[in-house]
Amino acid sequence: MEHNGAILTVQDLRKYFPVRGGLLQTVQAQVQAVDGVSFDVRRGEILGIVGESGCGKSTTARLILRLIEPDAGAVRFDSQDMLRASPVELKAFRRQVQMVFQDPYSSLNPRMNIEDAVAFNVLVHGASRSEARAKAWDVLNKVGLRAEQFGRRYPHELSGGQRQRVNIARALVLDPKLIILDEPVSSLDKSVQAQVLNLLQNLKNDLGLTYLFISHDLHVIEYLSDRVLVMYLGQVVEMGSAEEVAVAPLHPYTQALFASTPSMNPDARLERPPLTGDPPNPINPPSGCRFRTRCPHAMESCAAANPPLLPMGSNGRQVACYLYGNQTTTRG
Amino acid sequence: MMHDQSDVTALAQAQTAGELLEGPVGKPMSYWQLVWWRLQRDKVTLVAAAVILGIILSAVLAPYLAPHEPFQSSIRKRLAKVGTPGHVLGTDEQGRDMLSRLLYGGRMSLVAGVTPVLIALLAGSTLGILAGFVGGPLNLLIMRGVDIFFAFPSILLAIAISGALGAGLKNTIIALSIVFTPPIARVAESVTTQVRGWEFMEAARASGAGTVAIIRHHMIANVLAPIFVYASTLISVSVIIASGLSFLGLGVSPPNAEWGLMLNTLRGSIYVNPLVAALPGVMIFMTSMSFNLLSDGLRDAMDVRL
Amino acid sequence: MWGYIVRRLLLGIPTLLGVTIIVFSLMHLAPGDPISAMLPPDAPQEVVQMVRQQMGFDKPLPVQYWLWLTRVVQGDFGRSIATRRPVIEDIRSALGNTFILAIAAACLGFTLGSTLGSLAAFLRGRWLDKAFSATAITGVSLPHYWVAILLIILFSVELNWLPAMGMQSTGAQASGWEIARHMILPTIALSLIPMGVVTRMVRASVLEILSQEFVLTLRAKGLWSRTVTRHVIKNAAPPVLTLMGLQFGYLLGGSVLVETVFSWPGSGYLLNLAIFQRDFPVLQGTILVLASFFVVLNLLVDILQSIVDPRIRRG
Repeated sequence: MEHNGAILTVQDLRKYFPVRGGLLQTVQAQVQAVDGVSFDVRRGEILGIVGESGCGKSTTARLILRLIEPDAGAVRFDSQDMLRASPVELKAFRRQVQMVFQDPYSSLNPRMNIEDAVAFNVLVHGASRSEARAKAWDVLNKVGLRAEQFGRRYPHELSGGQRQRVNIARALVLDPKLIILDEPVSSLDKSVQAQVLNLLQNLKNDLGLTYLFISHDLHVIEYLSDRVLVMYLGQVVEMGSAEEVAVAPLHPYTQALFASTPSMNPDARLERPPLTGDPPNPINPPSGCRFRTRCPHAMESCAAANPPLLPMGSNGRQVACYLYGNQTTTRG
Repeated sequence: MMHDQSDVTALAQAQTAGELLEGPVGKPMSYWQLVWWRLQRDKVTLVAAAVILGIILSAVLAPYLAPHEPFQSSIRKRLAKVGTPGHVLGTDEQGRDMLSRLLYGGRMSLVAGVTPVLIALLAGSTLGILAGFVGGPLNLLIMRGVDIFFAFPSILLAIAISGALGAGLKNTIIALSIVFTPPIARVAESVTTQVRGWEFMEAARASGAGTVAIIRHHMIANVLAPIFVYASTLISVSVIIASGLSFLGLGVSPPNAEWGLMLNTLRGSIYVNPLVAALPGVMIFMTSMSFNLLSDGLRDAMDVRL
Repeated sequence: MWGYIVRRLLLGIPTLLGVTIIVFSLMHLAPGDPISAMLPPDAPQEVVQMVRQQMGFDKPLPVQYWLWLTRVVQGDFGRSIATRRPVIEDIRSALGNTFILAIAAACLGFTLGSTLGSLAAFLRGRWLDKAFSATAITGVSLPHYWVAILLIILFSVELNWLPAMGMQSTGAQASGWEIARHMILPTIALSLIPMGVVTRMVRASVLEILSQEFVLTLRAKGLWSRTVTRHVIKNAAPPVLTLMGLQFGYLLGGSVLVETVFSWPGSGYLLNLAIFQRDFPVLQGTILVLASFFVVLNLLVDILQSIVDPRIRRG
């Protein structure tokens, strides 16, 4: 049963990493990597998560799959909280939600050939060798790699783009409902990026998939996503449909992000960089709103308390900024 | 518009996806086939391998190759020079044929040199992989325990253990196994920790596989190869130390033939017949050098590019 | 940085303790009653019992360990069974002799190794590089005790240039020159392994620096200045220095074989003697002292490295 057509619901996800130091290597501070992140992924959409390095988007992806154990929060899939699931339920969950990793070089076992690498996922869930191999071949063909030719090859014989296709094939082989893609094209050349993005689009349409797409590249996010979620220092600052957020970003950080992508159009070039200062330390984030130290519109209330993520209008648009009212409500 | 089309999106819209790609040319080569191919082109390593094979074979076939009994002594024929008819390599201080003793000696020296490394490989890998995979307090416990043995220089430790246990081949093997286990354990732990951080390990977990399946299918092959290469570099050292122990009288005891032991007993005869006295060392040198070259070649051939 | 130093020093204490435990266990692992080595075989039971009590062998092992440890920390290693002298005196003089040899061998081996290694790195690929690398491999593959014998054969037996045994010839005046003469052959034999190891390390280390882009650019332009040389040395040095420290430790602890061949009265020779005379106090004391030296040496090397290379301090 879904809830508003949502296939996955993330609620108040939190993860802090301890920092050790000093004489006895005691815990001295915490890296607040993910701090109270909540969102829905709707069936059939592509939800893009965008943000700079260190904002917590990759960590969020791993928390959803429990590759890293969250400190707090809930992850609901099919209205079941996966953070409290048993190992059996977790295994079934992992069939339905798969991940495509970023680095085409270290994400494939160098000593396994392609068809074995893909078939492994199927074998894990109890299929026979021949079944697994057949499925692997089928899915390899779907991603554009001729199985007879590529199956017995090893990762070192393939190019970066080809390896990412294998990654995608591996994620597809179990017929998942949701695929999380963590910067899948960031390590590829531009022309290859385009090919892989097109492939992802076609696969989604042909197979009826849902994507959670993570990237720091705004153009890629814009091109591919239906809805966009912007993260800053472990928190969600804005959410909405891709066109709306791109055309009229509300949060000052989103505005700065979209303004700072270098433009090919000489008339649109800026005089001053829209975003100044260094990104603050996730170990010691500023009090109140985390963006206030770099925000051109910072007010007094911004230092007092963290603005909550609140709806703007009826379209599912959400912003976390006092510019849009609600200075009195606080969040944890 | 606050931005314009980027090159990515333009390219993407201009292309059509869904074509099947062309594959790489040539025969598909697995990692091990690649290693073999590299090894075949390395002349030095091939020669070294041939030499080792020759030494091993001659040791195994000693009963058939040796012209005389290794224990047959004759006071009359003491310290015959190299080239004496009937004794191609001369005789030792008790009149025993050198060629035969060298051949039989190979058995002892090779066993004393290679066996400890194999045992240490087993013990060290288990400890190190366990520590590396489980991590946390178990890792700390195992590695600290291993570190204590690192406080001793290897020869000193070998002598100390041998001295405590007494002479004999068995004790030599035990002593050297203890000496070589810590370095192998350290390498094993380091490699395991490294491999554990590679993304394909995460991908395997994301597929829903259990810990055992992940270790079996993904980790072991990647981890064992570097450990094995490291262990192979220890063999040449082991041969030298093992013979060295016998040289000191802590290893194999007389009248057995062993290269180190022979060097010792022939020491007094260097004034009379220096060439014969030096011969056993030639064997130790050749064996150690060949293993060194072989392990170097193996390391180069097995260099993994991710 | 001081935090790292203090931590490293503190870490040395359990290591030293571990060493004492191992040495103690080894001696008690040894088959054969230590008492029987000290007394004649037909000694009456009461005497055996008395000696056993006197030496504390009747107490439980942990207690024996504690008693032994407290004595050792105060410098009391007991008396040698063979010579009846306090062990600490024997060790002290022997260790001094080994030090002389170790330092000489280290100087020879390190200098030769660094030179060959650097040259090999600069001349990479050419036949000289291969020759030097081959020398390095040969150095680590040669059994040094065999080389010692060969040196004796060549220089003492055949050529009669240099002495074969001991620190000084019998009847001759005890002079520095005498000692130096006797030192030449053992030093050469002992320096082989450090030479080989250092050559390989220096070669690898220098090669890595040379392949840095700005160095490549300079070489391509044919420019070479003292500054660049300094940069290469400064950056290639740290791992090599660590290695040298370790190698010196091995020289101290591993000199047994060469000292035995040359009858050089050092700690290795003492060790060998002690094993055959089953002289446990000397054996225990020598191993303990040598191992402790090694631990302290490693500690100093680590600390030195952390001072020179700031990246290490965060570990």
